[in-house]
Amino acid sequence: MENKKIPGSEAVILSLIEENVDIIFGYPGGAMIPIYDSLYDYNDKIRHILTRHEQGLVHAADGYARVTGKPGVCFATSGPGATNLVTGIANAMLDSIPMVCFTGQVGSPLLGTDAFQESDLIGITMPITKWSYQITKAEEVPEAVAKAFYIAQTGRPGPVLIDITKDAQMGMLDWKYEKCTKIRSYVPEAPVDILKIEEAANIIDKAKKPLLLLGQGVIIGRAENELREFIEKTGVPAAWTLLGLSALPTEHPLNVGMLGMHGNYGPNLLTNEADVIIAVGMRFDDRVTGKVSSYAKKAKIIHLEIDPSEINKIVKADVAVIGNSKKSLQLLTDKVKENSHDEWIKEFKKCDDIEYKKVIEKDIHPTKPGLTMGEIVRMASEKTNHEAILVSDVGQHQMINARYFKFKHTRSHVSSGGLGTMGFGLPASMGAQMGMPDRTVFSVSGDGGFQMTIQELGTIEQNKLPIKIIVLNNNFLGMVRQWQQLFFEKRYSFTKLHNPNFIMIAKGYGIEGNKVDKREDLDAAMQKMIDHDGPYVLEVTIEKEDNVFPMVPAGASVSDVMLEP
Amino acid sequence: MQVTKESKMKQEFIITVYSENHIGLLSRITIIFTRRKVNIESLTVSESAIKGIFKFTIVIEETKEQVIKMVGQIEKQIDVLKAFYHTNDEVIYQEIALYKVPIEPIYQSNSIEKIARNAGARILEITRDYVVIEKTGHKNETQALFDELNKFKVMQFIRSGRVALTRDPIERLSEFLKERDAFLDSQNE
Repeated sequence: MENKKIPGSEAVILSLIEENVDIIFGYPGGAMIPIYDSLYDYNDKIRHILTRHEQGLVHAADGYARVTGKPGVCFATSGPGATNLVTGIANAMLDSIPMVCFTGQVGSPLLGTDAFQESDLIGITMPITKWSYQITKAEEVPEAVAKAFYIAQTGRPGPVLIDITKDAQMGMLDWKYEKCTKIRSYVPEAPVDILKIEEAANIIDKAKKPLLLLGQGVIIGRAENELREFIEKTGVPAAWTLLGLSALPTEHPLNVGMLGMHGNYGPNLLTNEADVIIAVGMRFDDRVTGKVSSYAKKAKIIHLEIDPSEINKIVKADVAVIGNSKKSLQLLTDKVKENSHDEWIKEFKKCDDIEYKKVIEKDIHPTKPGLTMGEIVRMASEKTNHEAILVSDVGQHQMINARYFKFKHTRSHVSSGGLGTMGFGLPASMGAQMGMPDRTVFSVSGDGGFQMTIQELGTIEQNKLPIKIIVLNNNFLGMVRQWQQLFFEKRYSFTKLHNPNFIMIAKGYGIEGNKVDKREDLDAAMQKMIDHDGPYVLEVTIEKEDNVFPMVPAGASVSDVMLEP
Repeated sequence: MQVTKESKMKQEFIITVYSENHIGLLSRITIIFTRRKVNIESLTVSESAIKGIFKFTIVIEETKEQVIKMVGQIEKQIDVLKAFYHTNDEVIYQEIALYKVPIEPIYQSNSIEKIARNAGARILEITRDYVVIEKTGHKNETQALFDELNKFKVMQFIRSGRVALTRDPIERLSEFLKERDAFLDSQNE
């Protein structure tokens, strides 16, 4: 392959092949035509998914990256095509998702002239990319793309952006590709300091009430087994963050549930009782900590984290172990003593019983006539033997999904955590299904978020993606309505929706669907959707004014977690 | 961990950043400050003693706690090699100021020699219309000279951003680069 003259556009495609990319999520346009022309010759090597909107493709790439761990690859044209990626890039940045975005750009002589479909994407995306680069000459392509892939997926992953001018796509270069293996100014992961491990192990060995907080860093670091070995050796109970979900089986005896604003009662309440907190690959988001000044005050904090800038950012660490979670946990497990904390774990069980009686029972075995989100989500989980992938949109149902769907396998929960992007769910489920074609993928949305990216039903049909799409319809923007009810005297300011006939829309796209209003029809309808060969939309009318509990009110301490209004 | 009172108090800090010379990096660094609504008091960028490596000297007024966090965010940028922060008393620093003063009143007052000598300033250019004076020093010193010269109605005045050196006997950057290269090579083996 060496020293063959090819255009920059073809070099982009060949570089992707060198990086083992097998799928691109894209949308063509004027400034991307040369690249799309080159792609035409490599159809047998790389699959390209044409979405209906650039926001759809960027979330699809995100969903693909979350279930596979491989970077999601995006193509969009200059100007509006590129600016439509912005929400998805910001989403990937906050959730540390590896992604490589290619945006077309006007020819380099036109840069800065307000040319047709010119926008300064490098400038716009600077705060929301891990790295970005503008290619203005064809010969820059291989090195820039190699660097982009290296940066996107090493260390703490994140989105990178390559903006490529039209003349760079059309210019010729001598083709030669070398993978990037190091950048002088970039240390993806520092070696683990063994002294810190020893310090941490000493604290853990003496702990009476230790609690481990597991975040997405466990999944990104592929440290699921190491985490399990650590908690099983030490007997330390583990609570997961929203993005840590599925890193451990839901039913693992040491899994005490979810942290955060709508997490479980026990882990929130008992955070403030713990004497040692072992935080692994998580960043003490405000939705997890509640009021920081009264967060975990009795605990020594041990923070295992790959990104040094996260240390002491929100919560001061007594011992900070910087490095890859897989290595840190391995070393820590070797150093700690075998232990058990049965009495302490009983306190979580007590909390679980309280939460079950006050909240969970009503959510999943309701006695009132209206259907609840909880019973629907739990049924979907049970009917697939807890083996499915759950992709969530954002809002009340997202929290219900996280609370009631159960997981057996890692990388089975796809949810927009940091940015909380409505409209994320449906397109992300396309990427998840393409990344894991043999698994059942549920896309669960509310009626609000579903309509933000509903056009992707077209992409789903065109690619025959057998996604099980559940729309939980309460004709409200439910999470905002809940806050208005609880904290703004039920002044429902602009949260009520008049919705279209979703099933007719699905059918218009050539997708089967069904609507359920009554409990007695739910089981059969759910089964029919799961058994259906192909995509399917199940709309369920749910109780209009249901709330998500427990709840840590904004600005309150985690131990002030409320079980009811 | 206890937060000391000192770390909660705002004071002047000098942040020094060593980076590769890449387009856009200045923006990536400045948005770290603007995002937190921190004003940059002074900013100087130029090539360091090592070819291809650039040095940013940034002056801000902030709490130590916040400065540490922002330095962490700066170091996180892919093209940044290393960032440091110092208080004023930990470094030797200077700013340069230029003053353009009309010639006539100065000539009549007969005090230019005295003013320049007292301020440790030097004269760069004299024309029929004006004289240009240069002074290096701390801001209060260059400001004092401005006030002095403004008796003659300063026509133009400019003060540069701050430059600073640490009190370390050597520039640690070349050592740092050697260590970094060795470390990255060892990671790849």
